[in-house]
Amino acid sequence: MIQIQGLRKTYRSRRRAVAAVDGVDLTVRDGEVFGVLGRSGAGKSTLLRCVNLLERPDAGTVTVDGVELASLRGGRLRRARQGIGMIHQHFALLGSRTAAGNVAFPLEVMGVPRAERAARVAELLDLVGLADHAGAYPAQLSGGQKQRVGIARALAGRPRVLLSDEATSALDPETTGSILALLRDLSQRLGLTILLITHEMEVVKRICDSAAIMRDGRIVEAGTVTDLVRRPGSELARDLFRLGPAPQLPDATVVDVTLAGDATDHSFLSVLAREHDLDVRILSGAVEELPGGRVGRLRLALRGAHAAEEAPLRRLREHGLIVEVPR
Amino acid sequence: MTWSEIAPLLWEGAQETLYMLGVSTALTAIGGLLVGVLLVLTDRDGLLPAWPLHVVLGLIVNIGRSLPFIILLVAIIPFTRALVGTTIGTEAAIVPLTVGAIPFFARMVETALREVDRSVVAAATAMGASRREIVVKVLLREARPGLVSGLTITVVALVGYSAMAGVVGGGGLGDLAIRYGYQRFEDEVMLATVAVLILFVQLVQVLGDLIARRLSHR
Repeated sequence: MIQIQGLRKTYRSRRRAVAAVDGVDLTVRDGEVFGVLGRSGAGKSTLLRCVNLLERPDAGTVTVDGVELASLRGGRLRRARQGIGMIHQHFALLGSRTAAGNVAFPLEVMGVPRAERAARVAELLDLVGLADHAGAYPAQLSGGQKQRVGIARALAGRPRVLLSDEATSALDPETTGSILALLRDLSQRLGLTILLITHEMEVVKRICDSAAIMRDGRIVEAGTVTDLVRRPGSELARDLFRLGPAPQLPDATVVDVTLAGDATDHSFLSVLAREHDLDVRILSGAVEELPGGRVGRLRLALRGAHAAEEAPLRRLREHGLIVEVPR
Repeated sequence: MTWSEIAPLLWEGAQETLYMLGVSTALTAIGGLLVGVLLVLTDRDGLLPAWPLHVVLGLIVNIGRSLPFIILLVAIIPFTRALVGTTIGTEAAIVPLTVGAIPFFARMVETALREVDRSVVAAATAMGASRREIVVKVLLREARPGLVSGLTITVVALVGYSAMAGVVGGGGLGDLAIRYGYQRFEDEVMLATVAVLILFVQLVQVLGDLIARRLSHR
């Protein structure tokens, strides 16, 4: 649904040039929720703003729903933008308009007749659970309510793509949860493709089918969340399950085991104990329920005569577990 | 002088002041909005970046702002004559009043427009709004409280300027205070005039604040 190829954007000041986006290729499939994770300054915001040409890229192409946007200008670009919804970190609502007025804004821009507009606004506010607040001004709404207005506004033009610029970063954890649940629900009900940027792992964990990690203007790793977690050496897996520094145990071998998909049902602990005569201790670990399935990561200390051998680890790998020896 | 002598003078002066202020405020509002919007649009990070135009416009505005009004009044006499055909009278005073107030109000417009959250402009752009829609429906509309406050301050400044309109025979309350109160030592006339002016400024300010508050939904 979204194809980004060879995207570059450099900001030049008098003294230096900063490559905010430094050659990014990215594909977001139809109907998926794709999260770009990165720290502030990683270039993810610029990347997102290049998708609807709020920033004009220096090089590369951006194709949304089959339309190459970087080559469009003027009225054709404006019409293409009307088919892409966007929500913002600080909501970006018009303070002089009510919730209903804000949702009506894109409809006015699109030239929807007044009567039709009113019906559509009511429908949209109902969709985000704000039917009772149509007449409230943004200043009278809570952060979560403001973002719901933002979401209703972004969906006004029945877009197939929604861009989310740190949409939950200004919200408390509980409100973040409800907004993420709403986004997930909308993506499924409306078949919406969502490209979001965030610095919160929680967001990726809660709603993303796929993710990319961005650093210094480049994509470091990308793929479906379940694939990424299973990839040895994955930064996403490391950040998702913080196991801490590996302890040095004189008489034991420490291994990190990642389980995803079918492997989560595998009773590997008893296999180690029974077949390899090992004493297994769990040092740390976590299991997460992700949109793509259950994923877990455990740090184990293995003790026994064969603990330092390859055989037990090979046995686990045969069962689809990812086994790494932490350093 | 007795009150029955002062009253008609005050009435006439008030009418002249109101006329000058009314017309020059209306013209200043239009001119100042235009120049203020242009200043914001043509800035480097504006919607229609045009740096040379921005600099030239800013320079003209600054020149207009740095001239003492009395100098401006005299300096643009040829321009006034070309525009309204005369250099004396109330109409002739309206021209320098407007020319003097436009740069003043334009800077206020610029400040008010810059207060509008950039992310709101970005959001409107992302929705496919045209530049015209962004200026009219986002910038000007969101800035309404600031614009009204700015215009209020401008009107009050115009009251001060209009006192000097007497130089070109513009009349008005300020002129009355100078001619009777200052030059003929008629303290009662001066005091009465000042009282009316204070009342007038107070009225403008209260009304302006009220409108600004009604427009603001914070």
